[in-house]
Formats: sequence, structure tokens, C-alpha cells
Amino acid sequence: MFLGIVAVFVGMFLSLLMRIHLVWPAAVLPFLGDIKPETYLTLVTMHGTIMVFFVLTTAPQGGFGNYALPIQIGAPDMAFPVLNMLSFWITFLGFVVMVGAFFVTGGAPLHGWTGYPPLSALQSSGPGEAAGADFWGIGIALFCVGALLGGLNFITTTLDMRARGMTLMRMPLTCWAWFLTAILGLLAFGVLLAACILLLMDRNLRTSFFVPAGTINGIVTAHKGGSPLLWQHLFWFFGHPEVYIAILPSMGIVSTLLSVFSRKPVFSYKTIVYSMLTIVALSFTVWGHHMFISGMSPYSAYGFSVTTMAITVPSAVLTFCWIATLWRGKIRFTTPALFAIGFVSLFVSGGVSGPFLAQPALDIPLHDTYFVTGHFHLIMGVASMFGILGGFYYWFPKMFGKMMNETLGKLHFWFTFAGAYAIFIPMHYLGLAGYPRRYSQPEVGYLRDLMPVQRFITIAAFITIAGQLIFLCNLIWSLAKGRKATDNPWEATTLEWTTATPPPHDNFGGLTPVVHNGPYEYSVPGAPRDYVMQTDPATVTTH
Amino acid sequence: MALVLLLFLCLLTFSSLYFFVAKVWWFQAGASSVAASLDHQFVNTGIAMGIAFLVAQLALGFILFKYRDREGKARAAYHRGESRPEVLFIVLAACLFMALDIGVDLLGGHLWAAERFRPAQAGSTLVEVNAMQFAWYFRYPGPDGRFGATKPELEDASAGGESAIGIDARDPASKDDFVSGVMYVPVDREVDAILRAHDVIHSFGVPAMRVKQDAMPGLAIHTHFTPTKLGDFDVVCSQLCGLGHYKMHGIVRVVTQDEFDKWQSAREADKQ
Repeated sequence: MFLGIVAVFVGMFLSLLMRIHLVWPAAVLPFLGDIKPETYLTLVTMHGTIMVFFVLTTAPQGGFGNYALPIQIGAPDMAFPVLNMLSFWITFLGFVVMVGAFFVTGGAPLHGWTGYPPLSALQSSGPGEAAGADFWGIGIALFCVGALLGGLNFITTTLDMRARGMTLMRMPLTCWAWFLTAILGLLAFGVLLAACILLLMDRNLRTSFFVPAGTINGIVTAHKGGSPLLWQHLFWFFGHPEVYIAILPSMGIVSTLLSVFSRKPVFSYKTIVYSMLTIVALSFTVWGHHMFISGMSPYSAYGFSVTTMAITVPSAVLTFCWIATLWRGKIRFTTPALFAIGFVSLFVSGGVSGPFLAQPALDIPLHDTYFVTGHFHLIMGVASMFGILGGFYYWFPKMFGKMMNETLGKLHFWFTFAGAYAIFIPMHYLGLAGYPRRYSQPEVGYLRDLMPVQRFITIAAFITIAGQLIFLCNLIWSLAKGRKATDNPWEATTLEWTTATPPPHDNFGGLTPVVHNGPYEYSVPGAPRDYVMQTDPATVTTH
Repeated sequence: MALVLLLFLCLLTFSSLYFFVAKVWWFQAGASSVAASLDHQFVNTGIAMGIAFLVAQLALGFILFKYRDREGKARAAYHRGESRPEVLFIVLAACLFMALDIGVDLLGGHLWAAERFRPAQAGSTLVEVNAMQFAWYFRYPGPDGRFGATKPELEDASAGGESAIGIDARDPASKDDFVSGVMYVPVDREVDAILRAHDVIHSFGVPAMRVKQDAMPGLAIHTHFTPTKLGDFDVVCSQLCGLGHYKMHGIVRVVTQDEFDKWQSAREADKQ
């Protein structure tokens, strides 16, 4: 969890430097000096890589999952605690190696988080493509190993460690989400690991998996016969499921939070489970929509377009279920509830731009423009982050025995919610106007005309990131001086709220909970309170 | 708090839709035969997705406001979402969204096939687009209509022109090939562009023509478009290609057929 927090602040700092360079290229920063165009690209690369791998993948799964999965299913710990530590330390090592890329000769690589060869495979294709790119590749490979070990542990724990009465269909949706994410990870990270190893071989052992005959800087390379498209297929075969690896845990968290704070059962537990299952299955069939204009067969574009359109349907159903969960509720606007509501709004906003990009014909003008940047930041970046933050505010009392400050929490929500929209909605307009991604400066006339929008985005980014300091202050203040938390401050039903705050080492102090109810029994007619704990005697006969 | 959320969601929805409807920032004026139909399809999709966006955000806002926790309010209603009418509602929501998707596809699904499933028409202007860090070189085949061979070891970027792309002078077909730094094409005639990348991946993006296609090392990728307006149009590299990516700018110069013929003859004469 704390690795995730450190990583997210590093990633945010990098994005701020990018935004500064975009609109004030001549700025000289204290300690860092000026930012050159190639430095801008290293920032693009490292921001993307750190955020995707070490924040969006690590925080919701490794952070919350490790903590909350065993306690929510009534287990004393994860199935393989040693494997768990190994997974964490390998991931940590991956992060250290990744950040180490900044400090080697030539600095960090500039090939973007997608690392397309030959740019990423040739040592002399640009600054940072020597040792820096090796560090990048090794960092990701280590991360993959950590993620594979973690995934194995999650699956085993979910299947083997559930308490008596905790049937699969009585698990909180968070557990379903972590379970499905682990399956996705197990299938996806293996492919990325293989691709990374092949790339490192191309870079250092003169193999030619991804590099055809050609030149670099006018010098003929030692490669021939490789296919850059092969990397793209392997990368996106991992890369698209990765989007769901990032957001599924947040979907689980948000489903739970909406139910808790509207004091209602989730609207159709089964539909949410089946929708998430459908998304998982479809997520392995859509990778080609990243490659419509890459030069792959134009016929295959239709196949990928249809599956991509299809995946919007379970996503729309999920949105419907979340909004219907709030309908006729008794909504308590606590900080975690606000972040869950924010997630739904952002998921819709980021989602509706998907069907534009899913059509290969419309992808032609929009591909690799800021339209794409706006789309995936809203849905994969910010929406996922809102799930993570909602979860953090929700479980903080259980983890540390202290309540977080609500006023600061709400302030943090509004800065982040309004700020994220102010940053990423205008990016869609830039994309329409044809502003390409990853341009450090507007060299072409029509791009210079769009600079007022870029300036607006940078100012919004400043304010939004400043808002995150409120979160940091709240965290530190609450840890030191926060109000003491009771065992069940949110009046929630799942197993973690039946045990002491903070929980004892084996979660339940030697007792094994027995489950009689589903996870979201709120406002059950005739029940003495407006919530029925999962361990209460059975009052509802379904599930 | 509920009211603030409702107002914020209304403001967000209407302001972001306004900028789309008012086209404050919009596609560049189209300058090719496909631009109008692509833009039209974008608008169609925009209407479908705009409705989904509007309905979802406003429903969220109103429900938050209407069902906020108030003093003295009774318990929330107990809906598990699994009764028959509730499941029907879910199915209906899924069908409605599917109908939006299918509608959008029916309206514009053919556009991709119309362009990408066919080769360029006979008699189109043949141009080989050569991309390398960080420049565009446009090669024309000359009177024989054939491009001569190129070899990586003959490339000399510092010399520019023919030498930059490594044309093998020993190949007879290359004798009449000539290279230009600006892509001259005649108006209202299809251009058959063969994209080649010499070092890393680049992407031939011409926003005004609604053209974008990666140039992939090791492949010669055909793409075609028909310019319909005279003038200069920006070529912007649209795939990250290294530190000078943002500077990899080119020009498509659309001229009349007469002007093009004259320019071509002059360049061919230079080669004699």
C-alpha cells in the first residue's frame, strides 16, 4: 500500500513536470534545471510505466487485496504468506530498478510505456535507450514475476480459505473482483514477461525477434527478419486485460461502498458478478483495437471492433446496477461514498468516448491524439484511482484504528473530482483538433493555436496535485490524532467489521467466523437494525 | 452535499456537451473525399454516446439528491435487483445500449471497408513515403512507373534527397526515380502512398485528409486518399519515434493536375 502511495506521488510529480514543459518550455526548475524535449519523453515513459504497473496494478490488488481478501472471506491470512512476501519484495525490487533508470548514463528511456521496438530495441535510437531502457525492461520483468506469484496466491486463497458458510455467491464483490483480477493477471503477465525477455535479448544478445533489417542514425543495424508488429500483439494481449486489472478491483470496491452508504443491497449481485466475468472473458479478445492503423490486416480490425463494442454492454450494465443501487436508498455522503459516486461519474465519462475509438474508421483521425489520452486517463487512471481512494478512506479505520478527518476528506474529493475533469475533458477537444500525443512542443502552426487549452490543463493539474497534499496531511494527521475508530464505524456487514479494530494478527483472534448471510443485507424489512452482519443468524434465505 | 453534487454533474454534462455541439475545437476542415463521411459518422456516434452520457450523469445526480439521507427519513427500500421486473429492467438497459452500439455500427461500419479493403484505383498518383528520424522523404517513380531498389548500407541521411533513402543507382528502375521533401499531389485524383520506415516506427498523419497509417520497418504499407482541396496540408508524425518526434513535420502540397505535370516534368528533367 505504501509502495503504491510513494509510486503515485512520484508518478504525479513526473506528470507535473511534463505539463510545465508543455506550456513553459524555457522554465528552469530548482534542482532539476530546464527540461529538454528528450527529457519530456523520459517523463512520459516513466510516468506511464510507474502509474500503470506500480500504482494501478499494485495498490488495489497488492495493497487492499492482501489485507482485505483474507479477512473478508474469514481466513486468518493469505494461503501462502511466504509467497506473498516474495511477491511484494520482487515488486519492490522492480520499482527500485525502474526508478534506477533515471540515474544511469543517458537517463531513463524515451520510448513510452508501450515500448514499441525498434525504438526500444536499439541502443542508439535515442538518449536513454542504452542502459536506461535495460533497467526499464528488467523492472517490468521483475514486476511480472511479482504479479504472477501474487495472482497464484489470490486464486488459491479465494478458492481454499473461505470460512464455513462463505459460498462463492456470498463473497463480497471486492473478493470477486480480486479473484477475477488475479486470473487476468496470471494469464496476462506471463505474456508480458516473455515479451520483455525477448526484448532484452534483442537489445543485448543481437537476436531479432522484433527488429527487421534497417538503419539507425544512418548505420546499418545487426538485425534482420524481426517483426515490430509481434511486440505490439504480445504487448496489447497483456495491455488490454491490464486495463481491467487496474479497474476491476475498483469496481468491486465501488459496488460495496455504494451499497454500504446507500443502506441498500447492491442492485443485482449476480448481474454484477456475471458482468465482471463477461468483461474478463472479452478482455482477451479486444487487443487489436490498439493496432487498427499499425499495419496489421485491415480485415481483422472488424473482429476487434465487434468485441470492443461488445465489452461496452457489460460495462453499461454495471453502471446501471450502480445507479440503481443508489435509487431509493438513504445515501450517506461520507468521504468513501463520495469517491465511489465520483467513480461512477468518471466511469461513464471515460466510457462514452470508447465507442468512438472502437470504430476503426473513426480511429483514423483520433488514433494517438489527445482524445485517446483523455479517454484512458478518465477511465483507467482517474476512475480506478477513485476506487482506490474510496477504499483507502473506507478501510483506514480498520487498518489503523483511527478515523480519517471527514472535512479534509471531502475537500480532497472536490479538488480531485473537479480537477480531474478540468484536466481530462479538454484533452478530448485537443484530440479532435488533431493534437498528437507525446509532442513535447507545438512546432506546427495549428498546434500553437491550441496552446491556451494546454495552459488551462497545466493550471488545472497544478491545482489538482496541490489538492493531493490535503490527502497527505489528512493521512498523517489522522494517524497521529484521528478520532478512535469503533469496530464497525460504517455500520457495514462484511466480516472485517466483526473483528477488533485494528484486527489481531490472525484476523479473528482464534475464532473462525461462520457465515449465514449475503454480504449486502441492508434495510432488510423486519430486521432490528438497518444492516444484518454476514455472521448474524440467517434472516434472508436466498444466496 | 447532494445538491452540490447534482449541480456539479449538471454543469459538467452541459458544459462538456456544449463544446462538442458548438464545435469550439473541432476537426480541421476536411480536404479529402472521405472527410465528410468520417466527420458525419463522428457526429452520429457523438449523438448516441451524448445521450448515454447525459442520461447517466443526470440520473446519477437526481438520484443522489432525491435519496439523500435526511433526518427522520425511513429506512431505504429493500431491492435485491433480482425480482423479475428488476431483471427485465437490467436486460432492457443492456438492450438499449446494445442498440446504440449496433445503430452506430450500421451507420458507419462500412466506412473502413470502403477505404481499407480495396487497393488504390488504377491511374492514381504513386508516391513512396519514406520516414526516418525525423524527416519525411517522398519518392516518385518517374516515367517507368517503377521504384528502383534501395539498400540500407547506401543510406546517407546527411546528404538528403535520393541518398537519404539509399537508392541503389545500379538498379535500372531507379534511374528516373526522384525524391522530394514536399509531397506534391494533384487534386481530385487518388494518391497511392506506399509507406516505408527505415529505422523505427513512424506514422503518416495528415489531419485535414483524415489519413493516418503507421510506417512499419520491414513492411511496405499501402494507403490511399483523394485530396479535394488545393493548398498545403500538415503531415504530423503520429507514432512516438524518438527525441525529435514533435519536429517531424511534413507538407502535402495539393496542386492542379497541370501544375503537378509541370512540376513532375521539371524534376524528371533534372534527373537526365
